[in-house]
Amino acid sequence: MTRRFWVFIEQEEGKIHPVSWELLGVARRLAGEIKEELEKTQEQAVVEGVLIGHGVDALANEAIQYGADRVYVVDDPIYEHYLNKPYYSAVVSLVKKHQPEVMLIGATTLGRDLAGSVATSLGTGLTADCTQLQMGEAKGGTKKLLLATRPAFGGNVIATIVCRNHLPQMASVRPRVFTMPAADPNARGEIVRETVAVVESTVNAQILEFIRNGASSVKVEYADVIISGGRGLGGPAGFKLLQELADELGGVVGASRPCVDAGWITYDHQVGQTGKTVRPKLYIAAGISGAIQHKVGMQDADFILAINRDPHAPIFEIATVGIVGDLFDIIPAMLKEIRALKAEKTQPAGQVGGENVQETASPTMQADGIAK
Amino acid sequence: MFHALVGIKQVPDTTNIRIDPETGNLIRQGVPTILNPYDAHAVAAAVEWKRKLGGKVTVISMGPPATVASIRECIEMGADEGVLISARQFSGADTLATSYVLAETIRAIHQKDPIDLVLFGKQAIDGDTAQVGPGVCVRLDMPLVTYAIKIREINLEERYVVTERKTERWNEVIKTPLPTLLTCEKDIAEIPFASLPDLIYSLGYEPQVWSAESPVMFEVEHIGLKGSPTMVSKVTTPEKHTQGEVIRTADAGLEQAVKSALDKVKASGVLSAMIGEAK
Repeated sequence: MTRRFWVFIEQEEGKIHPVSWELLGVARRLAGEIKEELEKTQEQAVVEGVLIGHGVDALANEAIQYGADRVYVVDDPIYEHYLNKPYYSAVVSLVKKHQPEVMLIGATTLGRDLAGSVATSLGTGLTADCTQLQMGEAKGGTKKLLLATRPAFGGNVIATIVCRNHLPQMASVRPRVFTMPAADPNARGEIVRETVAVVESTVNAQILEFIRNGASSVKVEYADVIISGGRGLGGPAGFKLLQELADELGGVVGASRPCVDAGWITYDHQVGQTGKTVRPKLYIAAGISGAIQHKVGMQDADFILAINRDPHAPIFEIATVGIVGDLFDIIPAMLKEIRALKAEKTQPAGQVGGENVQETASPTMQADGIAK
Repeated sequence: MFHALVGIKQVPDTTNIRIDPETGNLIRQGVPTILNPYDAHAVAAAVEWKRKLGGKVTVISMGPPATVASIRECIEMGADEGVLISARQFSGADTLATSYVLAETIRAIHQKDPIDLVLFGKQAIDGDTAQVGPGVCVRLDMPLVTYAIKIREINLEERYVVTERKTERWNEVIKTPLPTLLTCEKDIAEIPFASLPDLIYSLGYEPQVWSAESPVMFEVEHIGLKGSPTMVSKVTTPEKHTQGEVIRTADAGLEQAVKSALDKVKASGVLSAMIGEAK
């Protein structure tokens, strides 16, 4: 038997959501974690992607570069835009045909809509918003199971969840929880075209209009630099100051939940348990006390700079560097210092001035892709 | 006549949860429970449309007896009837088992009193899974509209609803036949101020309580722990991070504090393209 590790490859209008590649990386690792079992049983483990859409051929090749051994493509005009029932029906029929052991789906708005429907339809278990995934020993010496770990009760505890008697073992994962694997342009794999019988009868909804407004295009989860504000800002005006610093550093503005609840800034900016998970290179937390619900969303940042008036604020427990003081003094002082540093840098070198933020590789490019 | 049904959940207020530092256990005592905030907005939307079209709003919840408090809150907002599905056999349910019980309850209510629209909050703040709404929808084979932010039109004659939903990339205006199931964002409706008669009525309101056997005979293998494919195998508390350096502007002076913090940022190389490495 072949043990199949599946990833749902999310695309809209021909653009892949980068979480799909992150999950292919996870699936590769999981397949490797059962190596010893495979040696005993002479089985093999494969990583496979499921790609649904219309005119999505080129994307299947990309999936192979990011780690898929095989990609099942369901291509039909009916799948041009995501609709719940046509999509979940297609996924369910492929699962029944190929019987994967594990299925991973990005916990995006599309992925969550899909995952719950697929799991219920198959009568299997689904663990949402996993932060760790591992193939581990099950009691009783049977095959290794997917150990799906996620925060619960607002991040106050970490629970490991197993799905013992049902397949596939399903898990959803938020973008940026796992790192992006490197694409291998020489990777080889197989593209399998699948046709799904159901089609027209599954269409029970009609999209009348798409409203694309620029306002909701903040992509906090894929930003390299995030300047986040909390209750300490005291009102919506404080975010202007943070925006100024964000502009200077080529970053975006984030926020903690109380600011969003108070209407100081829109939900797209919210970082934390009920907002976005982020892993920027630099996270500046200004006036954020650091409730556990916020921390679970940003603790994987490479560098955390916390600014708070209260020396006992929990945010300092996870900060790389903390400054105790008034953010309304500190941020302007930082702006001044950074502007001075940049001026100093551009003068002697002359040409380097223009090409600052764009040095990072594909994740940022991908993010630009979805941010339209 | 318009009949809306709203599925609600009473949840611990997760912003107030504390962990016992010695045992690592959740301190449940004294943690207030609240009506899941997204569900409150779903109820508000149902009540708003009931007032426009005439009809009624039924609220259902699976949970312990204390859930009556949240059902009363919905009645206070203008819901007309409440059903509490409550029995020991239901405990330990994961999202699959929960969706079974709610779907069968909705089916039973629908047979007696046909439903036009089913509303859920987009997710509950204790589990944050957003799985129960889509699960119920699959079981009832209704059209699903998740992340609904606005109901634009409900046409009871031609049997359709037009909803605006918000996705990560854009908003969609979507038309679906009735009955449809919506999972709602807070934008769907403002929480109304309770009228005095509703408030007084809600105080003494007793919802119907359904057991595992009556009036619906739920299948034992589909409810509670038994009906739940997922199991919690381990619970731990989050790892403590090692604390970094903390500089006080009061001690170091504003300029020096900022300068040394930025030096640390530079030294780590995270902003090399932007402000250069530290010398």
